[in-house]
Amino acid sequence: MNTPEELLYSKTHEWVKVEEGVATVGITDFAQDELGEVVYLELPEVGDTVGPDTPFGVIESIKAVSDLIAGITGTVVEVNTLLHEEPERINEDPYGEGWMLKVRLADAGETQLLMSAAQYRQMLEEA
Amino acid sequence: MGYWPHTEDDTRQMLDRLGTGSVEDLFADIPEELRQSADLELPPGLSEMEVEARLQRLADLNLSSDRTPSFLGAGCYDHYVPAVVSSLCTRSEFVTSYTPYQPEASQGTLQVIYEFQSLLCDLTGMDVANASLYDGASALAEAAFVALSVSHSPRILVPESVHPAYRAVLDTYTHRSHIELEPVRCRSGVIDLNHLSDLAQAPFAAAVVQNPNFFGCLEECAVVSRLVHERGGRLISVFDPISLALVETPGEYDADLAVAEGQALGIGQSLGGPGLGIMTAKQDLLRRLPGRLVGATTDVNGKPGYVLTLQTREQHIRREKATSNICTNQGLCALAATVYLCALGPRGVRAVAELCLQKAHYTRRRLAELAGIELPFSAPFFKEFTVSCPAPAHQVNGRLREAGLLGGYPLRRDFDWLPNGLLLCVTEKRRRHELDALVSVLAELCT
Amino acid sequence: MKTEPLIHEYSAPGRGGRTASVRSNYAALADVPLVDLDVALPADRRRKTAVRLPEVEERTVVQHFTRLSQRNFSVDTHFYPLGSCTMKYNPKLNERVAALAGLTQVHPLQDPATMQGWLAVLHALQEALAEIGGMDAVTLQPAAGAQGEFLGLLLIHSYHEKHGEEDQRRVILIPDSAHGTNPASAARCGYETVSLASGADGCLDLEALKRALGDDTAGLMLTNPNTFGLFEKHVAEAARLVHEAGGLVYYDGANMNAIMGKAKPGDMGCDVMHFNLHKTFSTPHGGGGPGAGPVGVKSLLEPFLPVPVVERHTDGYVLNHDRPDSIGKVHAFHGNAGVLLRAYAYILSNGGEGLTQVTERAVLNANYLLSLLSEAYDRPFGSHCKHEFVVSARRLKGEKGIRALDVAKRLIDLGFHPPTVYFPIVMEEALMVEPTETETKAVLDAFADALNQVAEEAAESPDCLHEAPITTPVSRLDEATAARKPNLRYRWPDRLGEGSPE
Repeated sequence: MNTPEELLYSKTHEWVKVEEGVATVGITDFAQDELGEVVYLELPEVGDTVGPDTPFGVIESIKAVSDLIAGITGTVVEVNTLLHEEPERINEDPYGEGWMLKVRLADAGETQLLMSAAQYRQMLEEA
Repeated sequence: MGYWPHTEDDTRQMLDRLGTGSVEDLFADIPEELRQSADLELPPGLSEMEVEARLQRLADLNLSSDRTPSFLGAGCYDHYVPAVVSSLCTRSEFVTSYTPYQPEASQGTLQVIYEFQSLLCDLTGMDVANASLYDGASALAEAAFVALSVSHSPRILVPESVHPAYRAVLDTYTHRSHIELEPVRCRSGVIDLNHLSDLAQAPFAAAVVQNPNFFGCLEECAVVSRLVHERGGRLISVFDPISLALVETPGEYDADLAVAEGQALGIGQSLGGPGLGIMTAKQDLLRRLPGRLVGATTDVNGKPGYVLTLQTREQHIRREKATSNICTNQGLCALAATVYLCALGPRGVRAVAELCLQKAHYTRRRLAELAGIELPFSAPFFKEFTVSCPAPAHQVNGRLREAGLLGGYPLRRDFDWLPNGLLLCVTEKRRRHELDALVSVLAELCT
Repeated sequence: MKTEPLIHEYSAPGRGGRTASVRSNYAALADVPLVDLDVALPADRRRKTAVRLPEVEERTVVQHFTRLSQRNFSVDTHFYPLGSCTMKYNPKLNERVAALAGLTQVHPLQDPATMQGWLAVLHALQEALAEIGGMDAVTLQPAAGAQGEFLGLLLIHSYHEKHGEEDQRRVILIPDSAHGTNPASAARCGYETVSLASGADGCLDLEALKRALGDDTAGLMLTNPNTFGLFEKHVAEAARLVHEAGGLVYYDGANMNAIMGKAKPGDMGCDVMHFNLHKTFSTPHGGGGPGAGPVGVKSLLEPFLPVPVVERHTDGYVLNHDRPDSIGKVHAFHGNAGVLLRAYAYILSNGGEGLTQVTERAVLNANYLLSLLSEAYDRPFGSHCKHEFVVSARRLKGEKGIRALDVAKRLIDLGFHPPTVYFPIVMEEALMVEPTETETKAVLDAFADALNQVAEEAAESPDCLHEAPITTPVSRLDEATAARKPNLRYRWPDRLGEGSPE
C-alpha cells in the first residue's frame, strides 16, 4: 500500500496536500483498492464550499458507492474534469493524475486535525 | 402432494451425519411458546387432479373474453396474443431462471432485456429504457420521483385525464414525502391548457400528460410540451404502446420521461396482473433512473456479452440512498413484450394499431347516429372513446351482458360530472358483427 | 457456444409478414367500412417517422429466442442455491392452471358478479396466508416483496398519523444484516433509518436495540430467521421492547421457508409482514420477475389496507372501496393475479401438513449441506442454521488472492449456479447458500464436493479459479467499461435511431 510521507490523511481515506493555502484532495491507494474499478464520480463545481464532515461528492465503482469527505473547510477553486471521462485514473494514479479537487482553505490550522502518513498507516493496520 | 425428493434412507443418512435423531431437533432453537401455536390449520393437500378440477370450476364462474366479446379497456386490454409469444414465454429456461446477477450464466435473460430496452427506445423515440418496473401505475410514480430529484420544487401537475388508478397510486407513493400533486382540469376530455398555464406560473417539477388519455382522447402534446418546458418543468408522458405505431411519440414531443403499461404487448389480461411497467427517459436522466439496466460489453476474450450495469443506483448497494427500493423487474413479461414486437415487426404493430383505430372509429360513428347517445368529447381518439348513455352505465352493461357482450367502464365513480358516462374500448379482436351488436343494444335503450 | 446476434442483426427490409395473422390477414380483419387515415387521426397527431423495429420472420424469432433460452442457467436445469432467493422447484401444475382461459381472459374492472371465481381465489389465498403468518388480514396488491415492504411502512406511518405522532416518530430501526430493500423502502416512505449492529452471535443485539429505541421510533424491521440463517430467539422480547416504546414491528417474510408450521410471525409480536410468493410459495422467478409481495397485518392496521378489499358476504364476494382510512392503492388493479394464482395452487397442493414438511426438509437440507463444508469454509455462527447459511471464503484469500467471486465463477464451470455472494454485507467474502427442500441428497453431496474441490484448487491451482468460468458462452465480462461508457440500446447502423419518414 502506497502512503506518501509528505501527504496528510483523513479517517475516511482521503489524502490532502497543502500548498500556499490551497489543499489538493484525492483518495488513497487503500481506498481505490477497496473500491475496485472506479466508474463514476460526482464532484462539486468551482465556487462551491466544502465542509469538514459533509460529503463533497460521491465515488462509484461497479460494486460499491462511497461518499467523499475531505475533513477540511474551504471553497473549491479547481476540479479535475479529466476524471469525468477517465475515472480509472483514480485507480491507476491515486496521488497524481487521480487528484479530485483543489480547495482554498478557510482555516489553515484545520489541517492539524488530519493524520500523518505514519498515523494513517497505523490506522490501516489496526482495522 | 409435495415436491420434496427425500427417501427414508436419505433422511436417515442425513440425520446421522448431523448426529440427531429427528428433524424436530433442528427446530430446538425456536422457543416453545412459538412452537405450540404454530400448527397450520389449512385443509389437507390435494392431488394434482383435484387442484386442477377446483381451479377449473372457479374459472368457469368467471365471465371471460374468450367467450364474451369485451369492450372493456381502461388500462387493461383484450389484444390478441400471438401463439409464438406464449410458446417462447413458457420455455422453462426463461421461466425458472433468476435475476442475472451472474452474467456468464444468464446471457439469455440479459440479451433479452437489452433487446427489450432497444425496442422500447425505437418505439418511443426516447434515449434510454430500463429493464422494466412492476406496472404502468408504479412506473408513473417512479417517474415523478425522478423529476423531483432534479428539481427544487415539490409540485407535480397531474391532469384529470390521467388514469384515476394511476393518480391514486401516485398519491399513495408521494403522500408522505411532502410532494404536492395538483390536478389539471379536463372537462372537454383533454387538458384545459389555460388551467395548465395558470398552474405552471409557479415553479413545478413536472407535468404529466397521458396520450391517448384515460378517455381515449389524444392530447395536444406538442403544445403541452412547449408550455411545460418554457416554464422550466419536466414533461412526463404516459403512453399506450400499441398506439405508438401510429400516434406521435414521446420522443417527438420532447418528453423527459415516458412511462406505460406494457400489458398490451403480448401479455394477457389476467385480472390486471402481472403487468409490465415501461420506463424510458432522456439521456441526462440516466443516473436517476430506478430499476435494472442491462448494458453491452465484451468479455475477457473480446466476445460480446451483456451485464447488469449502473447497479450502484440500486438498493442492494446504495440501500437507503438508492434511486428506488425496487428489486425485481417484470422479467418474463418483458420477454413477452420483446417477442411480441419482434414477431409483429413494424408492419404488424401498425396493422394492429390501424385495426383498433378504424374499428373504434366505426363504432363511435354508428353510436353518434343514435338519438339518445351523447358524445361528450370531440378530440381525436385512439382505441377508446367516451359516450354518455340514456341510462346509468351499469344498467347499459347489464343489457349488454344479456346480449352476450362485456360492456365498457362506467365513469361515474371517478368523474361525477359524467354521471352516465361509459368508456368503450375497441381492439383489433372485435369483429364487425360484435360492434353492430353493441350498437343494436344501445339503440334499443335509446328508444 | 457461438455468439447469438441481436434480433436486430437478423433484420432486413421486407422480411417478416406471415406472423400473427393480423398483418397478413389485415384485409380480412378490417371488416368495417374504412375511413381515410387523416379523418380518423389528423396528421399533426401522428408519428412523424415510421416505427423502426426488426423485420424478421417467425421462424427466426423462434430460433433466436430459443437459442437465448439455452444460454441461461435455471432451476429446471441446474442446482441454484442462491441464499435469500429460495430457488425451489416450480411445479408445472401451477403453470397449467394459471393458463386456464377462464382465469387469463378476465378483466380486473369487470362487475364483481362476473368474476366470482377470481374473487374466490383471492379471498382464499388471503385467508391461507393469514393463517400461515398468524396475521389477521391480508392484502394481495403489492407486486413484489419490496413493494410489500413499502406498503407495510406506509401502514405503520398511517397508524402513527392516526395517533397524531407521525412527525415525532421519524425513525425506522434496521439490523445491519438486513436486505438492501429494507432501508431503501424506509427511505421511500420518508423515514430516517438507523442501523443496528448485529451481536457477535449474528443475532439482534437487545442492548443495541434498547439504546436505539425512543420517542422517535416508528418501528423495527426484522427478518427471522435473519439473513445469516439464524433464528432470532429473542424476537418476542425485541417486539415487546419496540411496542413499549410506542413503535410497531415489521417482519420481512423472505425467509418463511424456514418456519412454516414451526413459528408464526404474528405470534412473534409482529404487526405487519410481507410474504414473497416467488420465494416460499414456488412461483417462478422468470429471469427477474414477476413476483408478488402480499402483506399481512394485525387488526390494528387493518383499517389502513389498500382498496379495494376483497370480502366474502353471504351472497358472494364483493370489492369494498368504502374504506375511509385506507392508504390508497399501490397497484392499479388487484396485484399480480397470475402469480397469486400459482401460489394458491401450491398451497392447495401442499395443505398445512405439506407446508410444514416443506419447512422441515428445507432446514434438514441446509443443515446437512453445512455439515459437509466445515473444513474449508469459516462458519462464524456455529454448526446449525435454519433453511440457509452463510459461510466465509476468507481463508481462501491466502497468498493467491482467491475471493468469493472466484469461487462463484468456478462453480459455474463445475455445473452449479453459484450461491449468493457478498451478502450480508457485514460478512467478509460471504457465500450465502440456500438449497431448498426440493433437492436430493445426491445433489447436496455433489455441491459440497464441488465447494471443497474449489477450496483445494484455491491453494494448489488458483489459475483455474481466476480464469473461471470457461465453459459458458462468455467468460468474465468487463463491467467497468459497461458502467463507464454505458451502451444500453442497439443503434441501427444507417442512422442515429430514426426510421424513414412516414
